[in-house]
Amino acid sequence: MRDVAIVAFSQRQEAMINIESEVEFMVPLMNEAKDAVGLTQQEMGFTCSGSSDFLAGQAFSFVMTIDGTGPVPPISESHVEQDGAWALYEAWVKLQCGDIDTAFVYSYGKSSPGSLRDVLATQMDPYYVAPLWPDAFAIEAMAARHMLEQGVVSERQLAEIASRSRAHAASNPHAVRTAPKSVDEILAEDYAMAPLRPSDLPAASDGGAVIVLAADDKARELCDRPAWIRGIDHRSDAHTLGVRDLTTSMSARIAAEKAGVGNDKIDIAELHAPFSTSEAVLTKALGLGEDTVINPSGGAQAAHTMMASGLIRLGEAAQRISRGDADRAVATAASGPCLQQNLVAVLEGE
Amino acid sequence: MADEVLTAPLVLEYPFTRTTGPVIGGFLTGLREGVIHGVRRSDGTVMCPPLEYDPITSAPLSELVAVGTVGTVTTWTWNGEPRAQQPFTQPFAWAMITLDGADTPMLHAVFVDSADDMATGMRVEVVWRDEREGHITDIAGFIPAVASTTGEPAAMPSDVEQVQSVRTPIRMEYTYTPGRALSQYLRAMKDKRILGDTCPETGEVSVPPRGVSSVAGKPTLPELVDLPDTGYIESFNITRVPIKMRPDLTPPYVSAWIVLDGASVGFMGLGMNVEPEDVRVGMRVRAVWKPDDELEMSAQNILGWEPTGEPDEVIADYALVGRIEQGDDQ
Repeated sequence: MRDVAIVAFSQRQEAMINIESEVEFMVPLMNEAKDAVGLTQQEMGFTCSGSSDFLAGQAFSFVMTIDGTGPVPPISESHVEQDGAWALYEAWVKLQCGDIDTAFVYSYGKSSPGSLRDVLATQMDPYYVAPLWPDAFAIEAMAARHMLEQGVVSERQLAEIASRSRAHAASNPHAVRTAPKSVDEILAEDYAMAPLRPSDLPAASDGGAVIVLAADDKARELCDRPAWIRGIDHRSDAHTLGVRDLTTSMSARIAAEKAGVGNDKIDIAELHAPFSTSEAVLTKALGLGEDTVINPSGGAQAAHTMMASGLIRLGEAAQRISRGDADRAVATAASGPCLQQNLVAVLEGE
Repeated sequence: MADEVLTAPLVLEYPFTRTTGPVIGGFLTGLREGVIHGVRRSDGTVMCPPLEYDPITSAPLSELVAVGTVGTVTTWTWNGEPRAQQPFTQPFAWAMITLDGADTPMLHAVFVDSADDMATGMRVEVVWRDEREGHITDIAGFIPAVASTTGEPAAMPSDVEQVQSVRTPIRMEYTYTPGRALSQYLRAMKDKRILGDTCPETGEVSVPPRGVSSVAGKPTLPELVDLPDTGYIESFNITRVPIKMRPDLTPPYVSAWIVLDGASVGFMGLGMNVEPEDVRVGMRVRAVWKPDDELEMSAQNILGWEPTGEPDEVIADYALVGRIEQGDDQ
């Protein structure tokens, strides 16, 4: 295995970005990350992006966004209809092949033009579930009730997660839900989709993120303290909700084992947990304890940019390692209803 | 006004017709006949609704088993604000329901007056739609079961036509915003002006403007530039087959790639006031605009492109033309 590290990260998240098109708001982020390591597009060994045209209803937005990289003369690139964390995984695999030393990864999502809750209904089983148009909050709320009734978590514990997300987000300029709220204030909220309260739900945002990967000495050359990817794995649970145990995440647990999460102390965890319930599930599946700071950025609850939230978790964790705030971190990315698919990465400083 | 965001309604529709295969088709055939089926899994349990494979062992599955029409709610939530395409216009509950005889729950709607009428463990029974076609919505939803309902599966009639496909149309509504550069372009269109944007490195001008230079990988210059409504045809084709979605276009018609004077990149336009046979690469054209009182913030203000009668553009290094001619010789 080659040592591969995150050497640059840029992001933007806002409740709504309606002045600029996707490519218009991504180009400054792309250049910010390139400038941070002094690389041009032509010096990137591989480029991989993640997005979904269904979010904004903008056909071929991903092709327009490739234009933003400056792909002239033509570049080696690929795209996944997934969170950018899976684009990063593809780039990591490509770096393992050994013929390139750098890779450029980005993803973005602009869901404000449409109804995200409706759009996400289309990812469900197309014969039995999608024709009923259950929205994403309803699916998660049913899982939440099951968790509560099985005694896996309490409403107070969910409120504690939501309250901590707000407290951490207060110091994150990229978070959109930053107003502090105590646990009791959250418990006093009316249900949004019972048993989930408004603070248990993700704060929707538009935005994107860019990460530059580099291997071995190239990473050391580009960055004072690269965030080395010591383990990375992704797994998927069944698509059919009815056969899954929604109180746990088998996919996250196995991915965490394969990535080596439990091999040493984890200082911080950036978990792609849009709902309070998702964080409760992931914390348990990864086996994280009291000595780990969970979601120091406020996490995906404080700003949930579809297709970028997972990549941003990797970037947030890497930034803390590069700054010296942490030595060992875990980041996760999720996709599909109720954390159906999970990617887990362990990052370390040298 | 310049800061006001332009918006336009946008609707995407996908009229999907999906093939079902024998297992899903068998389930949907059953719904049409008023019978619900699960499928027997590798471990002997029954999964409902059925899949062609076991999601845990991946074994192929085929043995359909009739299950009951009464079942038990395993979890639920209250949907206080139903959305347009959901099963019921009044507030209702979403629930996971394990039907008697099945071992896995299915998602559907439960019709009760309020969340106070819902509980995990409650018994519910199917409400069938009067006219059924072999679709998951043949089940209108569920209501609290009355004690006299046994929910025993009805006998499946023999020799019924199998459902082989199912219509699952998708409709999604958006409020489209065009972005910074295109917004300026669209505003200028209302005044019969055509704006392009400039690459900060090469000075090349693109129209319509996208706000980004793909050559430089950088934002284009913030000031957009006015371009004349004249240019030349860089390439074209003649369409002789009608297109269903464009009944306004009568074949034969010319789709031309128009390069405006001062622009480096072309765009698609419709040839007008010219016989298709007379169109040629290099032909000089000008825009045919809608009447002034019909102008909107839209590229559709330009109805098409007509010949100016000027001498043809001399395209010195037009490699593609050469390749086509060589191809003809061979």
